[in-house]
Amino acid sequence: MTLEELGHQLSLKVRTATGKLGTEVTGGYAADLLSCVMAKAQAGNVWLTLQGHPNIVAVASLLNLAGVVVTEGVVPEPTTLEKAEEQGIPILTTPLTTFTVAGKLFALGVRGVDET
Amino acid sequence: MTEITRVQELVYEIKIEEVMTRDVITVTPQTSMAELSELLREHGISGTPVMENGELVGIISIEDLIKALAEGEMEATVGKKMTTNPVTLHADEPAVVAADYFARYGFGRFPVIDRKGKLVGILSRGDIIEGTLKKLEVEYHEEEIHHYRVSHIFEDIVSDRTSVVLHYNVASQDFEHAGEASSNIKLALTRLELPTQLIRRAAIAAYEAEMNIILHANGGGEIVAEVQPGQIAIRAVDTAPGIPDIEQAMQPGFSTASDWMRELGFGAGMGLSNIQWCADEMRLESPPGDGTCLEAVIYLTRKDEK
Repeated sequence: MTLEELGHQLSLKVRTATGKLGTEVTGGYAADLLSCVMAKAQAGNVWLTLQGHPNIVAVASLLNLAGVVVTEGVVPEPTTLEKAEEQGIPILTTPLTTFTVAGKLFALGVRGVDET
Repeated sequence: MTEITRVQELVYEIKIEEVMTRDVITVTPQTSMAELSELLREHGISGTPVMENGELVGIISIEDLIKALAEGEMEATVGKKMTTNPVTLHADEPAVVAADYFARYGFGRFPVIDRKGKLVGILSRGDIIEGTLKKLEVEYHEEEIHHYRVSHIFEDIVSDRTSVVLHYNVASQDFEHAGEASSNIKLALTRLELPTQLIRRAAIAAYEAEMNIILHANGGGEIVAEVQPGQIAIRAVDTAPGIPDIEQAMQPGFSTASDWMRELGFGAGMGLSNIQWCADEMRLESPPGDGTCLEAVIYLTRKDEK
């Protein structure tokens, strides 16, 4: 499933890089510790996090992630959105908690790195 | 598709002065049609501006000549047969204006003047086509050289040991630009057309090393990426207080990060173990009071694929 379809199914709000939503999502990963993400998340994964600072863009770009879902109504910093737009990293936001988003994604067939 | 777009762009980019013919053959109103005939034949051209006392006064073409020949007026002067007040183009206008003029007026050529009205060249349809093609060719060559240089550097430069060394300054506590050095390293490795897995491991190691400097090195530091045939070395050098107990620092989960750093998702205590996991060789030296030097070497072909 593409990020665009997932975003539609979960009513996520697309904040950046609207032209990059067509990538096939290879799996999902959720964590707020950046080093854990660096170690575990795979290329093409969608990453769920509470962090909204600009470094999430660097992490997503270094790992070639499909996109970042910022959960629990956290509003990403303006610099985060600027950088994400610049580097073509889709950032989507939602008022839902990370747990709920992960559950809904799982129900749609998105699997974690330990199952793919 | 891109080629067409580029040609369209070029017509807007190229100025008339870049493609026009500068050495203009001219005649005067006193030149006879017979002399003109000889001149056109000799230079292989089909028309020419008519000049009098350094001023452009008209234009005469092969069509006028044929008409004069049919009417048996070959001894008439150019001044009698020319088109006066010729339509001109300005040298600094884009080629697209000329293309529009050719379509609108149906003439074969236009005299080109500068902004002071002085004749500086002549432009035919062929000039535009030739100029556009030449520019495309130059760009194509530049593109080729560009690609060529980057991906073939190791084969082309003869030395006993060739390496590409990239230096990046990293400022302490600079979260605004955090990740830029590693992003640029990743970009450089991609340009060098290295295998994806190698790039991924080098990018992760570089990121963790960069974050270490940003989080812990009070005076900032430097990230160096050295690419050699068969391996990449990522080095992080800083003038930080140093690491008192390296063995402890290497433990996954051990962290000296402050609360606010942890709140931002840094300081998971995974940095060094992530680097070790990515690297085939890792060295960490931190003599007390003498800064820290970290080196991670990643082999092109990993011996024990994890």
